[in-house]
Amino acid sequence: MAEPLLQIENLHAVVADEGLEILRGVDLAVPAGQIHAIMGPNGSGKSTLAKVIAGHPAYEVTDGDIRYAGDSILELEPDERARRGIFLAFQYPVEIPGVSIANFLRTALQAQRGEEVDVFEFAEELERTLQMLGMDPSFAERAVNDGFSGGEKKRNEILQLAMLKPRLAVLDETDSGLDIDALKIVAEGVNRLKAERPEMTVLLITHYQRLLNYIRPDVVHVMVEGRIVRSGGPELALELEERGYDWIRSETVGAGAA
Amino acid sequence: MPVNPLVEELRLDEYKYGFRDEVEYVFKARPGLDEEIVRQISEQKGEPEWMLKLRLKALKHALSRPWPTWGGDLSGLKFDEIYFYIKPTEGVSHSWDDVPETIRRTFERLGIPEQERRILAGVGAQYESEAVYHSLKKEWEAKGVIFKSMDEGLRDHEDLVRQYFGTVVPYNDNLFAAVNTAVWSGGSFVYVPPGVKVELPLQAYFRINAEAMGQFERTLIIVDEGAQVQYIEGCTAPVYQRSSFHSGVIEIIVKDGARCRYTTIQNWSRNVYNLVTQRAKVGREGVMEWVDGNLGSKLTMKYPSVYLMGEGARGEVLSIAYAGPGQHQDAGGKAIHLAPYTSSRIVSKSISKGSGRASYRGLLKVAPEAHHAKSNVECDALLLDEEARTDTYPYIEIEADHVEIGHEATVSKIGDEQLFYLMSRGLSEDEAATMVVRGFIEPIAKELPLEYAVELNRLIELEMEGSVG
Repeated sequence: MAEPLLQIENLHAVVADEGLEILRGVDLAVPAGQIHAIMGPNGSGKSTLAKVIAGHPAYEVTDGDIRYAGDSILELEPDERARRGIFLAFQYPVEIPGVSIANFLRTALQAQRGEEVDVFEFAEELERTLQMLGMDPSFAERAVNDGFSGGEKKRNEILQLAMLKPRLAVLDETDSGLDIDALKIVAEGVNRLKAERPEMTVLLITHYQRLLNYIRPDVVHVMVEGRIVRSGGPELALELEERGYDWIRSETVGAGAA
Repeated sequence: MPVNPLVEELRLDEYKYGFRDEVEYVFKARPGLDEEIVRQISEQKGEPEWMLKLRLKALKHALSRPWPTWGGDLSGLKFDEIYFYIKPTEGVSHSWDDVPETIRRTFERLGIPEQERRILAGVGAQYESEAVYHSLKKEWEAKGVIFKSMDEGLRDHEDLVRQYFGTVVPYNDNLFAAVNTAVWSGGSFVYVPPGVKVELPLQAYFRINAEAMGQFERTLIIVDEGAQVQYIEGCTAPVYQRSSFHSGVIEIIVKDGARCRYTTIQNWSRNVYNLVTQRAKVGREGVMEWVDGNLGSKLTMKYPSVYLMGEGARGEVLSIAYAGPGQHQDAGGKAIHLAPYTSSRIVSKSISKGSGRASYRGLLKVAPEAHHAKSNVECDALLLDEEARTDTYPYIEIEADHVEIGHEATVSKIGDEQLFYLMSRGLSEDEAATMVVRGFIEPIAKELPLEYAVELNRLIELEMEGSVG
């Protein structure tokens, strides 16, 4: 069998400034084309894992490896990882005043392709994508995340995901801060993209099970204290919802002590 | 890693206007500033006696006036080392074919004749102390518009010049206005008759070529009632060890219901002291807009001003300053409200990098009679690294009742989160930083003529090379 698209082995990472260890030996394999969810309580290291995959400079990998499409990516800058097809949808998307979404997207596409992107071709593609996501064409003229509501910011992440067409999409708590209507819209967007490009691999980071009502994962992993402690099918998410994280935490701690 | 071809090209030549010409000058005064020099200038020009008298009065004032102790460090500027007057050609040409080849080629390299054909109503080109070329399209000439070098303006329209010269910026306004009045040479004289709307911009281009050169252009623009004009100036110079000195005075009269926009893109090499006085008086319901881009020079001290003289007059100052390592941009704007229902807006954006220092210095004054005045001042500074510095000196004097005043100032630093966000979409660190900077200045860049906006973007790309991380 071919190596999974994303293969993480014994990954340890610390906050670069403080040396505080957040990831304590993560093992994870995500085969191409699958949807995996990572769930876990606050502070378990889920979001850190997402950022470390994308290459955030605030974290330092001290041990282990992240292999993507067969190669270690630890030495790659965030932009190099992006150009190889890794996309991180941010939990807290950043505001870039004065830069329109359209301009930003075209620049990003050019950076990824390493060549000029035709203005008209781009405009067409953007219009088609906005339509598919049920978004107003004027949205792309607004400055990136500047003054956006929480829902608008998350939709902007999905728009970028749709335009940049990554091989691996890591969605970091894309459901946080959204009401149920906004959540549905965002989930529907992801589902449409996945339907259009079944080869896209998705890693969903979430605290709550509710997102998984709308995006059905192939595999659910549970992360506690910087490690993946359990993996299973979608039913694992339901069990967590019912029994809470304490159950699994006590079990793991117990297992560790045994 | 793919490299933007534009950036690659520019990297070869950090300041691409730094080339210099070998030119034989018609006349070159010895360095220094004294009565003999002033008399030589006046004689070279064959100007009226009253102008010589004014020059001498201004000189006396300049030599006795103490130097400013605020603003930037002027200790490297030594008048006795500066050439106050260099005459490059016998006179102004009205066809590029008549401009000496070396000088013409320089302006071609700067893209001036090409822009003139495409997008301008008229062009003036100054080289060292004198205008070498001036031309206005026939269409506007036929409507009575005057666009000439200041020297020609004085010769051909002496009454108008005499009536307005020094009425907006008096010779004793400040040290550098006094120096300019004493040794002024070149610049433009513009008159737009009542109701005439000049649709395409007029452009003046200033080029310093010699080392230790002083350039003192004097511009007078009169926009008569209900008329409109847009004027653009650009400036470049070669890179030298020794400092050059540019000190222009720009006087603008915007009459009732008239409108003027004056745009500067100053990109002097980093050995130029740029100390300029720009001021406009605005009549009833008139509008004056200054768009000021300060990118080059060693030190710039420049605060375009609007004097709102008539009821309902409006003034705007939009300025961008970029202070790279070793540069100090002390820039801003002044709005003086002297009549009721006048309004003003000052928007200043500065970027500093390395040892560069950008200061905002502004004055908002509302006289007792200017009731119902409205003003909004906004100054934003962006720091590119830990070392960069910015200061804000906003002076506000309100003497009237029933006024609406807003003032906002922000300082931000390019954030790691912003860079990471953009990089996670595939932009290199430099591209990411460039994008943040472009976004920051966008509100002003969009007010620039397209050619200059492109130029500004190129400059920023160039400056952002390896500027973070």
